[in-house]
Amino acid sequence: MPPKKSAKPNVSAEELLGHYREMLLIRRFEEKAGQLYGMGLIGGFCHLYIGQEAVVVGLEAAAEEGDKRVTSYRDHGHMLACGMDPKGIMAELTGREGGFSKGKGGSMHMFSKEKHFYGGHGIVAAQVPLGAGLAFADKYKGNGRVTFAYFGDGAANQGQVYETYNMAELWDLPVVFVIENNQYAMGTSVQRSTKSPSLWERGAAYGIPGEEVDGMDVLKVKEAGERAVAHCRTGKGPYILEVKTYRYRGHSMSDPAKYRTREEVQKMRDERDPIEQVRDMLLTGKHASEDDLKAIDKDIKAIVNEAAEFSKESPEPALDELWTDIYAEEAV
Amino acid sequence: MAIELLMPALSPTMEEGTLAKWMVKEGDEVKSGDIIAEIETDKATMEFEAVDEGIMGKIVVAEGTEGVKVNAVIAILVEDGEDVPEASASTSTAAAAPAAAETKAPAQAAAPAPVASDSAPDWEDGTELKPTTVREALRDAMAEEMRRDEDVFLMGEEVAEYQGAYKISQGLLDEFGAKRIIDTPITEHGFAGIGVGAAFGGLKPIVEFMTFNFAMQAIDHIINSAAKTLYMSGGQMGAPMVFRGPNGAAARVGAQHSQDYAAWYMQIPGLKVVMPYSAADAKGLMKTAIRDPNPVIFLENEILYGKSFDVPVMDDFTIPFGKAKIERAGDDVTIVSFGIGMTYALEAAEKLAEDGINAEVINLRTLRPMDMPTVLASVQKTNRCVTVEEGWPQGSVGSWIASEIMQKAFDYLDAPVITCTGKDVPMPYAANLEKHALVTTDEVVEAVKQVTYR
Ligand SMILES: Cc1ncc(C[n+]2csc(CCOP(=O)(O)OP(=O)(O)O)c2C)c(N)n1
Ligand SMILES: [Mg+2]
Repeated sequence: MPPKKSAKPNVSAEELLGHYREMLLIRRFEEKAGQLYGMGLIGGFCHLYIGQEAVVVGLEAAAEEGDKRVTSYRDHGHMLACGMDPKGIMAELTGREGGFSKGKGGSMHMFSKEKHFYGGHGIVAAQVPLGAGLAFADKYKGNGRVTFAYFGDGAANQGQVYETYNMAELWDLPVVFVIENNQYAMGTSVQRSTKSPSLWERGAAYGIPGEEVDGMDVLKVKEAGERAVAHCRTGKGPYILEVKTYRYRGHSMSDPAKYRTREEVQKMRDERDPIEQVRDMLLTGKHASEDDLKAIDKDIKAIVNEAAEFSKESPEPALDELWTDIYAEEAV
Repeated sequence: MAIELLMPALSPTMEEGTLAKWMVKEGDEVKSGDIIAEIETDKATMEFEAVDEGIMGKIVVAEGTEGVKVNAVIAILVEDGEDVPEASASTSTAAAAPAAAETKAPAQAAAPAPVASDSAPDWEDGTELKPTTVREALRDAMAEEMRRDEDVFLMGEEVAEYQGAYKISQGLLDEFGAKRIIDTPITEHGFAGIGVGAAFGGLKPIVEFMTFNFAMQAIDHIINSAAKTLYMSGGQMGAPMVFRGPNGAAARVGAQHSQDYAAWYMQIPGLKVVMPYSAADAKGLMKTAIRDPNPVIFLENEILYGKSFDVPVMDDFTIPFGKAKIERAGDDVTIVSFGIGMTYALEAAEKLAEDGINAEVINLRTLRPMDMPTVLASVQKTNRCVTVEEGWPQGSVGSWIASEIMQKAFDYLDAPVITCTGKDVPMPYAANLEKHALVTTDEVVEAVKQVTYR
């Protein structure tokens, strides 16, 4: 089955090209991260976002300046999409001084106050109440901001998610709960972890509206994101998006992914790839030529290579850093 | 341009592996994402995907080869029509090890520094004093800080309409309204996380646990989210907030509601830990805790809530962290305690005085940072030390103090330090057993007699 060629007359070439660029940046960045891991430059856990690019790119397109985001350990895509410098991200992955956390956080624990990115959290579902808390702060301050709290299908079974749903709706917190349903929690498929027919519908028990979204289609994600944000921003409380997506790589770098067939992955890549879909729209809609796209590819490759070079050249943090940032002397 | 494909590391610990199978042969076209080989590690067989595009120019390591080192060249990718360059066909190893920053051994400074042996009194002589209960002192401290700073708010179970399960937040809802005094459902993990998130977002939450026993539900957020974020973010953001509530044994509430968590939290870098004894401690330290830019664990005690102490009448009375208080001066032995432990320590000191033993009693007040300079100075004078706490013996606060004294004042000791603690058992329900399970004044007296050889 060829990718669906939906005519999207209301989408500008510029916007489509923007989505293409951003998704491609994530993909190439992640491929490079995988490569650096292979070379021993990145250690420990490293969770790649390849296949899920449309989720974060679509939702970022629905966000406004000042809106916040918080997610799990699978965080590289979120950081790139909210505008954090690829060099600083890659250097954190290699544990160097130039990384966003001076090399002290690593792949799973990165933050940027400037870009309103509140981590990178290693404990499954911990980011869900944290996201609601960010929204709590915004509502308290009355600043009209919205928080995106991203979590996985596996995380969706944690108790603290439901504690949070209850309070978020009780207090009308402006938070979009984004369930990135990539169909697996490590090696456990959704079907093996719950009998709920859908994850977003669980919000109904708390009075939270929501919807299921095709997470391989960046335009559909963006549209749903806009509905969610409008709901939150007008003081109606939280909203749930269950975004159906797929991760092509293993859970982390050391996962051989034997719990699914090679064909299943290949079929997704061939038929549903989010980047290929946009590429197709751009070419068939004559928004861009093959050469235009080649030029973008080249650009992205240069950015990613520069990030990789930076991440190798940036020195390891000074040993004194071991003892810093444990206590704040003043407000941070 | 030719691209060398290197043997990848496929797990955090992999150093070499077996090139089990090539999925392409020389001359094949390769696209990024294609699976080109299967590699066996000690744990699993993994697929090796191409990142770059090109033609498989040369397979350097044949399939079936075992013990291929990570980063060895295993194949060479060329562009259409390009030859395999000679030099790169050899099995070279790419340099992966980073240049380690040359730095001298770092000075240890993780625990926040105590205020160096500062013996200034908490308030000036002649200050008007008012008898106040610990309960009122805590409420007054929170109210004063909430008037001072709009970003401070209180959340917890029953803190608002019910006026607090132990009436600590009495009257606060009336004064500050439901926006700032917030009743939560019974969801500790969830609201502790929301509190930490609000702190990330720029507010200064006070999170009340109805008792600290229920903070075990939330301990992941206290430690993993609140205590570690400043470090993990390289100093960009942290959690300026207070986790507070009654800690330790109350009376007859049994094993699951009678635990002293002082030693647990004291172990965590990134947390500050306070355990006040008097109402003045409670007030001055609570105000400091709310203003501190770090997560503070504030361990109160239900039995002390109703006790009355003098509190100075001042516009803004605070007590710095890391400053112990010598509650009673003496030369014969140092008794170190904190929180409700002080009641046993002071009672014992009274009894000992009758026998002519003059004990110096130190109230630590904050456990992290801990004012060891004051303790060490006292031990150098008395040459003996007894610690007192209600918590369990193994890994107790006292065992840390004993180890510090041994390492820093060994030559001054005339007797081993004795740690008086609660018994090594879950708290029993029966009244008689409960009394035995806790540390007793008699045990403290006995310990002092032992270290003074009387
Ligand atoms: C509380 C907790 N339990 C278990 C783990 C180990 N773990 C890490 S990721 C993961 C699977 C999570 O899957 P999902 O929520 O679907 O997110 P995805 O990895 O698919 O993005 C598990 C079990 C953890 N980090 N924290
Ligand atoms: Mg998942």
